[in-house]
Amino acid sequence: MDVSILLIILLVGAIATFLSGDKWASKIALAFSLAAFGVSIFLLDLYNSGQQIGFTYQWVSTPKIFIALGVDGLSMALVLLTTALTPLIIFSSFGNSYAKSKNFYALVLFMVFAMVGTFLSADGFVYYIFWELSLIPIYFISLIWGNGDPQSRRKAVVKFFIYTFAGSLFMLVSFIYLYLKAGSFLLGDLVKLDLTSQEQFWIFLGFFMAYAIKIPLIPFHTWQAKVYQKAPAVGTMLLSGIMLKMALYSIIRWQLPIAPKAAKEYMIYLIILSVAGVIYGSIVALKQKDIKKLLAYSSLAHVGLIAAGTYTMTLDGLRGAVLQMLAHGFGVVGLFFAAEIISRRFNTGKISEMGGIRIQSPKFTSMFMILVLASVALPGTFNFVGEFELLYSLAQRSISIAIFGGTTIILGAFYMLRMFQKVMLGDKNEKLFVDVNFNEGFVMVIIIGVLLFFGLYPKPIIDLITPSLEEILAVINRI
Amino acid sequence: MYTLIAIAGLGVLCLIAEIFNARKAIVPITIVGLLALLGLTATGFNDTAATYNNMIVFDKFATTFSCLFILLTIFLIALTPSFHEKQIQKISDFVSIKLFLLTGAVAMVAFGNLSMFFLGIEILSISLYVLAASNRLSLKSNEAGMKYFLMGAFASGFILFGIALIYGAIGSFDMAVIQEAGTSADVEDWFYIGAILLSIGMLFKVAAAPFHFWAPDVYEGSPALTTALMSTLAKVVAMAAFFKLVSAMNVNLPDSSQTALMIISILSMTIGNIMALRQTNVKRMLAFSGISHAGFMLMTLLAVSSSTAILLYYTSAYALAGIAAFAVVLYVTKDKDNEDIFNFNGLGKTSPLLAAILTGALLSMAGIPIFSGFFAKVFLFGQMLNAGHIVLVIIAVINSIISVGYYFKLILAMYTKDPTEKAKPVPFVYHAVAIIAIVLNIALGLYPSFVLEALN
Repeated sequence: MDVSILLIILLVGAIATFLSGDKWASKIALAFSLAAFGVSIFLLDLYNSGQQIGFTYQWVSTPKIFIALGVDGLSMALVLLTTALTPLIIFSSFGNSYAKSKNFYALVLFMVFAMVGTFLSADGFVYYIFWELSLIPIYFISLIWGNGDPQSRRKAVVKFFIYTFAGSLFMLVSFIYLYLKAGSFLLGDLVKLDLTSQEQFWIFLGFFMAYAIKIPLIPFHTWQAKVYQKAPAVGTMLLSGIMLKMALYSIIRWQLPIAPKAAKEYMIYLIILSVAGVIYGSIVALKQKDIKKLLAYSSLAHVGLIAAGTYTMTLDGLRGAVLQMLAHGFGVVGLFFAAEIISRRFNTGKISEMGGIRIQSPKFTSMFMILVLASVALPGTFNFVGEFELLYSLAQRSISIAIFGGTTIILGAFYMLRMFQKVMLGDKNEKLFVDVNFNEGFVMVIIIGVLLFFGLYPKPIIDLITPSLEEILAVINRI
Repeated sequence: MYTLIAIAGLGVLCLIAEIFNARKAIVPITIVGLLALLGLTATGFNDTAATYNNMIVFDKFATTFSCLFILLTIFLIALTPSFHEKQIQKISDFVSIKLFLLTGAVAMVAFGNLSMFFLGIEILSISLYVLAASNRLSLKSNEAGMKYFLMGAFASGFILFGIALIYGAIGSFDMAVIQEAGTSADVEDWFYIGAILLSIGMLFKVAAAPFHFWAPDVYEGSPALTTALMSTLAKVVAMAAFFKLVSAMNVNLPDSSQTALMIISILSMTIGNIMALRQTNVKRMLAFSGISHAGFMLMTLLAVSSSTAILLYYTSAYALAGIAAFAVVLYVTKDKDNEDIFNFNGLGKTSPLLAAILTGALLSMAGIPIFSGFFAKVFLFGQMLNAGHIVLVIIAVINSIISVGYYFKLILAMYTKDPTEKAKPVPFVYHAVAIIAIVLNIALGLYPSFVLEALN
């Protein structure tokens, strides 16, 4: 048994959902996503017991392209994040009814298929195909099932598509150039290339365009907030929870090992750019009036810190980045789901129209509180583990940058708690807030459980990723 | 050789069938006949046959491109009866003209002699003039036919003059002799003048900037099926013929010709894309998109010795996507007097399958994986990087990004706007042609080696 089975399950799931009809679509999608999760747990077990579960098949002979799926701790961690979040995301959408739901859930599963493929690919060309493929479903999901005024939604989504597509094409040119040098797209062959500093600079830049737009780093972030606001809740969760991790993962997997010289030469600028995103995102978040937009900017701040950590190229930075990717993945999905729960009842995203929820629903209030505290990295939550290592790695490179990066916690606490205060506390709202139902509560409890469990006991994940990250670091430091 | 004769024979047969009042049989018989020819031509893939004193040379290049042309013609002929529903009594004309056009097309890739090439291009062009004006009661169609005829006649004049000058310099029409003359000794100056004139004529036929001005008007005015033919088959034929000419004369041409080609390629891509952004008429938009694709295809001429397979791949991907797109456009604009984008509003709701196919075709043209248009661009960029044209590749990449803008305009109209009218029944052939074309397009993407290794 190898990892290709995971992709097959997801693809078959997408097709089966599409054929199943609108009534059963959501249940079948949930069943397949649970199956995928189960299989990935099983694969993790195989991986831990030291079995070979990679997969290679020559697809095209000229040019040489392999469907190569490689597995190590890093890709396993991200695959697990994806397959664990997918059932939660699908289950969370049971409270909404989407028109033509068979198309909707088929697109969701197809997108997950593409994202898992991105995390597993060890051949640059196939990796690029998966990378691009994941863009098409989210484009249609946000476009057709999104909310708000269609005109401005269309604008936001098209901007998003053109931005990310533009970035990816530059990455494609880098890959083609590498292929002409190495005669293969396989990662193992690409890292062996002896490239001059100038070549590395251009290749690094090509990759950077793709990743900076997708993460997003400032000044490439302008697509983000509007799309998060306009997309349906499921789309926002997929985007923020999983899709932007594709870019962060790719920095560690592709960009740094292939062009380490360039990365080291420009390290300080990259870190400054990333940390600038932290401060910018936090300050802009302070002024947001829409809850989804506020969460989008807070997400911008958090991923900026993760990107800064990866570019330090220390073991702590990489490990912190991966831990924080997982924590942020769960945390942000929880927060966006909370925002969705509120908007299901109040039919609005405006913070000023909320308030007084605590009196009506104390249960929801405590869940939301824990998520907010996790998001500001309170010790004991998973986010703290990641953020602490990230800040530590920044301090290893430069104390002053670490201080700036640290503002994320202070500013984060400020805008998140203020948001909590305005949304949940206060006098009783005229609008009725029905207490969370079982489905909603179930999703929230699982997310909170994961955040708290790994906050107190992160060892299994650290054990999983550390050896792989050490190997990658050895490749980066080969020169 | 028999391919050429058989196609012409089929055309004559259509005209005879008209006399015996067997109109219903025309389309099925032609399609079966063409399919048989496709098979026969493909089996002769490994033999090179020169006939009639080297007038016609069927080598691998000619065979593979002929197969592509025959395939495209099959699609176009299959669409003919339901498109010309109201003029069904003239069906034999419409079908036979397309068959004669195909004869010209095959002659244009299988020529071994410049006089044969000229015969081919004239047969193709005259058939196109007739088809462009074939909606004889429509002012626009008449205008399109006339415009195309005047401009096309000019271009043919250039080509003929160019051929004459080349003959003057080398003393032969034979392609083999021309190719050899360049490698052995100095050639007269007017050879270059001839080559330039010939290239101008061909660039006109390909509709590359700055020789593209006829294309949007003619595309818009012609009946939609003729537009489909021009933007897929005719463009691909002209491109393949131009490629063959350049590769024969390549050794003789100075380096500055490379620069000129590069500039024309960049101009075509950029002008085509930027103008396409502003169009509201779908046919005009596809015309400009075709101009920009011509720019991409012209890039293959910068490395003629090694990019035959890539040209074949690119043209196949482009033409198949074009056929799939036009099958849907034909359905949507049927019984309408315009082809504006708002006709596509809400197509995603009224006929989801056709909307999905059109989306696929447009994604292929924009170059998004898994459609073959993506692989075509990747292989092309790879070839160009290998030849050291990095600036050209970057400009091409920027153009690919721009092109998303207008392709998505159509997709947005289909999926985000409300339908203005109820769904019409979809004739079976539209579905069949659109599905087969898009499936072939995807299959080409999944098995690129099939085409790439055919010509290497």
